[in-house]
Amino acid sequence: MAEKRENTYMPAGHRDAPEAAENDPRTAGGKPEVATPALGVKGMLRWAWTQLTSMRTALMLLLLLAVAAVPGSIFPQRVQDSFAVATWIEDNPGAGEVLDFLQFFDVYSSIWFSAIYLLLFISLIGCILPRAKKHWQQITSAPPRTPRRLERLPESGALELQSSSAGDAQDGPDAETALQDAAAILKARRYRVEVRETSVGAERGYLKETGNLLFHISLVGVLICVALGSMFSYRGQKILVEDESFVNALVAYDNFYPGAYFNEDQMQPFSVSLDAFERVFDRESTTHFGQALDFTADVTTRLGADGEPQTEELKVNQPLTMDGARVFLVGNGYAPEVTVRDGDGEVAFSGPVITRPDDGVYTSMAVIKAPDASPEQLGFVGLFLPTSQDAGDGLAVSVDPELGNPELQLNSYYGDLGLDDGLAQNVYVLDTESLETLNSRELDAGGIVLSPGETYDLPEGMGSISFDGVKDYIAIDIHYNPAQQGVLIFALTALGGLVLSLFLRRRRAWVTVETTPAGRTLVRYGLLSRGEDFKIRDENIALRTQFEKKWPVRAPEKES
Amino acid sequence: MQSINMELAQYSELFMLIAGFIYTGAFMLFAVDMIRSSATIRRVEAELAAENAAERTLVSYGAPADNPGTGEPEAAPAEELVDEEMAYLGTRRPFANVAVALTVLGVAAHTFAVAARGIAANRVPWANMYEFLTTSALVVAAVYLLVLTRKDVRFLGTFALGLVVTMMAAATMGFPTPVAHVQPALQSPWIAIHVSLAVLAISLFTLTFAMNVLQLIQHRRELSQAAGETTRRSGWQFLRLAPSATSLENWAYRMNAVGFVFWTLGPLITGAIWAEETWGRYWGWDVKEVWTFVIWVVYAGYLHARATRGWTGNRAAWLSIIGYGCIIFNYAVVNIYFPGLHSYAGLPE
Ligand code: HEM
Repeated sequence: MAEKRENTYMPAGHRDAPEAAENDPRTAGGKPEVATPALGVKGMLRWAWTQLTSMRTALMLLLLLAVAAVPGSIFPQRVQDSFAVATWIEDNPGAGEVLDFLQFFDVYSSIWFSAIYLLLFISLIGCILPRAKKHWQQITSAPPRTPRRLERLPESGALELQSSSAGDAQDGPDAETALQDAAAILKARRYRVEVRETSVGAERGYLKETGNLLFHISLVGVLICVALGSMFSYRGQKILVEDESFVNALVAYDNFYPGAYFNEDQMQPFSVSLDAFERVFDRESTTHFGQALDFTADVTTRLGADGEPQTEELKVNQPLTMDGARVFLVGNGYAPEVTVRDGDGEVAFSGPVITRPDDGVYTSMAVIKAPDASPEQLGFVGLFLPTSQDAGDGLAVSVDPELGNPELQLNSYYGDLGLDDGLAQNVYVLDTESLETLNSRELDAGGIVLSPGETYDLPEGMGSISFDGVKDYIAIDIHYNPAQQGVLIFALTALGGLVLSLFLRRRRAWVTVETTPAGRTLVRYGLLSRGEDFKIRDENIALRTQFEKKWPVRAPEKES
Repeated sequence: MQSINMELAQYSELFMLIAGFIYTGAFMLFAVDMIRSSATIRRVEAELAAENAAERTLVSYGAPADNPGTGEPEAAPAEELVDEEMAYLGTRRPFANVAVALTVLGVAAHTFAVAARGIAANRVPWANMYEFLTTSALVVAAVYLLVLTRKDVRFLGTFALGLVVTMMAAATMGFPTPVAHVQPALQSPWIAIHVSLAVLAISLFTLTFAMNVLQLIQHRRELSQAAGETTRRSGWQFLRLAPSATSLENWAYRMNAVGFVFWTLGPLITGAIWAEETWGRYWGWDVKEVWTFVIWVVYAGYLHARATRGWTGNRAAWLSIIGYGCIIFNYAVVNIYFPGLHSYAGLPE
């Protein structure tokens, strides 16, 4: 068994032989011997496995993993923003397609990134199994046999005990008693001790290796839970206007991202409705005036179809937990209520319009589509300004995030909105290229400027638009990840294992006794640490101090 | 929300400047001590020569004098003036001592500045880049002083204080930010835990970075010495007051291990918990998260390297230095140039 290990780069702490040199980082830098692979398929496989599970490969794969993670921070990633990816590819024709082919926009699910971490984890498992087995053997067996020459260990010492039969002032114990004393002292220092014929073997710090194994096994646990999570989880987004409610069912979502094994039946039946929303902004600071300080959504929730309604607060750092699913407040904005009448005087659109805030003062993009209008479909694009103020050149800007002087500033269009061909469209974008412009600053008719309660009649008898009032809306994310707890638990056990492994010291100690020709008892002891140990010398001193307290020690004679 | 105490905030800024100037003084004195190290060395050598050889071994190994028999420590080679334990030798180094005293003063002023800022805003004083950097600099200086009480790491003074001064200057000149309340996403108890652990980890990594750089330089000196080079470049004399490359490496390793635990618990684990609470997912490969992960993996690689034959010594030191490079990148470049969820650097638009 031991011979086969030659080409595995076990760390210093995992070599069994008590050679001092091997435990000394200064001498551990020698050229590694290159293993000659045995011929034959079996031999090759074994060689490959040995290579894969070697410390050096693990190190290389770790460094490779670090390098491979970097592109994900340089290029936009689909997991975060597929729109940014599309834009990037559009802006960089050629390079965009090549990088897309090479999965640079999906780094963390790419073949190459997955290959690296899967290899790393195979290596890890291949590393854990034999080490766990070996560690188990060591835990269940006695401390290693006593080396012949203790003085060769990195730390050692010898004490000659007084003996009245040899003419000393005090009478020390005989060899047998000294051995028992030494065993007791080592035991008190939390060593596991085995008393042998003329020696004691002791070892402590088994927990260090246990911690190391726990750490590495926990990493596997984290990976498995992450994988399970991505299979059975779902997440989705929903925009909720004041007085609206959301029922957790597929159809209710604006966006929905199921895991690979998601099943619709698993969706927790709950509902959330938005009763009121409150924003607090900084009104004192001169430098940060108007900065958002607090968002509170008053919601009514209901668990199950006929659950009791509960009023709750939903805040940014304070998600709701509904039967395992979590609801997060991730955004908010204003939804001006608008009514559009067409040329025939019929209501073609009526309701709150979700606007997208673009900056800290909630300058918001507004798009209104009225495909039911006749004779022509109508579309509006422009801005919603919570506190509108003339910037001087006739252009209005928002100067405050709260509703001081709300205003809608719109251009209007007519023509085919392109909604009839059934293609999915972004509700926040109106493609005005193929439309005729009715209102804009460039035209004589000018743009539309509306305050609440006002109505504007469109040119050419196309209809009218009224601004009825403003509502608040919130954006919520709904997440369900059954394996999330598992990730946390394994992360914490990994941390615990890491601490044990890094800060405990694994030490072996041996004590031998003999009777000198003069009839005195000679006690020798030696210490060996496995792995990094910067305090072994302190251990030597502590041990020696305890020995000297226990026994009458002869003053050392000058050694020859 | 309680209003901001503007008066206290102004005192905070004033004391931050004062601390910066005191540190600069300390830095310069440490540098003078370094330049004058050949004089110190002559003094140490004279003192050593005065003592008898047997005693010298004992003193330099820091073992109790009545404890002779523990193994046989090989006599220190004549070249080595400091030992593995970095014990104080008792040689007078007036410039370095004044520098240490100034550092204490600087830390006092700095502590007041950081605390005042926190009290003024009624929250933890590390919620934007300016605050993060000034608090980190304080921890670097404080940890350095803490180590000084037990080990003679005055040789590190120029490096450590140089980094502290750089951090203070970068904060006050690069990212000046008036005291203010923070946005809702940052109003969480996790900011206290998550960011303070990151600060601690980064401060430790800052010190080990200095030690690993010194280790590489020291290693080169040892090599040329082993090759019998006698040309004494006086500029490098101070290295004789620094411990050997091996013990620098060992000490850096011990601090890196602690830093790694902080990094694991702080940015990685509590960061994920907080991200889950605010954004609904514990890990989303946001730019900042990517770099947190990269840094963690690089330092994990460093710990592995220490246990891999042929990778100890210089190569491990390089990994630690690369890890620190990633930290700088994560802090400076990612915060400023990469858009991401973590864009609350507090920088003016
Ligand atoms: C998923 C990738 C891995 C990570 C993140 C990782 C991380 C770490 C860390 C942080 C340490 C130092 C703390 C400690 O001693 O517990 C460590 C130690 C260790 N790792 Fe890993 N490891 C990984 C994979 C592996 C693999 C594949 C092997 C086997 C070839 C391995 C073998 C070891 C050994 C033997 C030690 C103890 C080193 C010592 O005695 O100081 N690790 N690992």
